[in-house]
Amino acid sequence: MPPADSATPEYRRIAVFGGVYSNYLALAAALDDARRRGVEACFCLGDMGAFGPHPDRVFPLLRDFGVHCIQGNYDNSIARGLDDCQCGYTDPRDNHFARLSYRYTFAHTNPDNRAWLGTLPTALRLQLGNYRLLLCHGSPRQMNEFLWESTTSSAFLDYLMRQYDTDVILATHTGIKWHRALEGGRHFVNAGVLGRPENDGRPNVWYALLTLAQSASEGLVTADPALQVEFIPVSYDHEQLAAQMRAEQLPDEFVATVRTGWWTTCLEVLPQKERRCGRF
Amino acid sequence: MQFPSIPLAHLDDLWFQVSGTVCNLACTHCFISCSPHNHSFGFLDFETIRTNLEESVALGVKEYYFTGGEPFLHPRMTEILELTLRYGPATVLTNGTVFKDHWLQRLRAAEDASTYSLEFRVSMDGYTPEANDALRGHGTFERILRGVRQLLDHGFLPILTVTPANHEDDPHLFERFVRLLRENGYDRPRLKFLPTLRIGAEAKRGRGYDEHERVTPEMMIGYDQARLVCNHSRVVTDRGVYVCPILLEAPDARLGDSLTEALAPFALAHQPCHTCYQYGALCANASSRQRDT
Ligand code: SF4
Ligand code: SF4
Ligand SMILES: [Fe+2]
Repeated sequence: MPPADSATPEYRRIAVFGGVYSNYLALAAALDDARRRGVEACFCLGDMGAFGPHPDRVFPLLRDFGVHCIQGNYDNSIARGLDDCQCGYTDPRDNHFARLSYRYTFAHTNPDNRAWLGTLPTALRLQLGNYRLLLCHGSPRQMNEFLWESTTSSAFLDYLMRQYDTDVILATHTGIKWHRALEGGRHFVNAGVLGRPENDGRPNVWYALLTLAQSASEGLVTADPALQVEFIPVSYDHEQLAAQMRAEQLPDEFVATVRTGWWTTCLEVLPQKERRCGRF
Repeated sequence: MQFPSIPLAHLDDLWFQVSGTVCNLACTHCFISCSPHNHSFGFLDFETIRTNLEESVALGVKEYYFTGGEPFLHPRMTEILELTLRYGPATVLTNGTVFKDHWLQRLRAAEDASTYSLEFRVSMDGYTPEANDALRGHGTFERILRGVRQLLDHGFLPILTVTPANHEDDPHLFERFVRLLRENGYDRPRLKFLPTLRIGAEAKRGRGYDEHERVTPEMMIGYDQARLVCNHSRVVTDRGVYVCPILLEAPDARLGDSLTEALAPFALAHQPCHTCYQYGALCANASSRQRDT
């Protein structure tokens, strides 16, 4: 691997958050957890709003903790005042709920925050030791591309690594975390999301922790520290979030997801393997 | 007349015309006029498939699709899918009428052993036996439902691609259809709706295309090319590699003998291109749909 480019920030341990979907309670819990684990920096891969209540409560947390943010499709829509979230649902039921939450989120995001979302970069590059990392929302080539574990070949991931000249790609957008180690010490990581549980019947959410692990041969000049990828479960007061969603008259279907951990909407985009794991 | 030329942005989807134009049914609207006797394209041999899978790795292919004809008429279809699942996700477009339980059992085991999904897309025409059987043949609605039950029994969640009949815009018909699927054990049906393509047998049945239904260069201004299959796919047949699974009957749609020879841009000179233009990537699964921001 080539040496670090001096313009690229270099770290040894970072936390990477996927979509927040207005879940400021989970974001606060994740920030707290990451700090306790001694991360040097936190990154958020975008989709700050959607789904949850009080979208404006997310922004002070992101700023106060100095989270490095990139723009998701939702952020892009909100910033540009588009009339939908660019998830592209075709199922009328999915579309109905997507529209409801988009309208709510747009109306409750103050203009300064909307403008701020518009200033976010669509990708970030950094170094973790010798590893070159590329952070994006959907995929490096397209903000709203779904990269699911069961529908993304390793050949395609290898192609992305070559095309974007990187060793590690981090993305979100699908809502379900996964990690694949590729040949040549490369990695693809979908960091999951903080916004809603991942359709496994458990109410917690997840983020990704990336650490340069010293190998057993530490001390030897030849030892190249390996990249360690962990997914960290985050519990938060989901009943409080559910109560606030109800008070804001957000759909009961969304509230049910927060409380039960099962997805009830936007199911059409799930591939078979991922769909089979859920209840609906 | 000038036609817009569409580059292959990246070979995301590799299609296999695995059973050629051979099908156990002879639907009146089949856009490449498949039937038990149409051998204009034949079965792909196993080695051709293996070679193309190997070649596709360096090209960074993301997903594999199998179509025909009816793919499950291919005597080695189970083996072909088992092999494919070692390379990436696979989707089969089937009419659902010829499954054998022991094939499905093997395929379920192969999917469980793989990282990747094996998707079944079962085509139906309309919500009722009357509408469907008028196009697909007598008794086919029932046979398709049986195929769906077989897939469900093996834990597959098929995507039903439905082309509603013209008179079927009544929402009650749709609700009745969903209820019928429930009664057949499919309580969370995955549905995808398709428009009709007016070529092949369809042109004889309904109306063909009008001469003005062509894609012009002006129409491409501000248009998202990713909506077109030819922007991210190629199809392997027993007669070479073609630009897309829709244009098999057009001589200029054959781009080369092998994948690497078939990566050149393609001019949208054909009338079906107009339907693609209007409706977008008809052939992609929802989980892979691309749309530019
Ligand atoms: S439409 Fe499908 S099932 Fe019908 S004849 Fe054509 S290939 Fe066979
Ligand atoms: S029929 Fe559709 S996919 Fe095929 S070349 Fe024309 S526009 Fe492209
Ligand atoms: Fe997103």
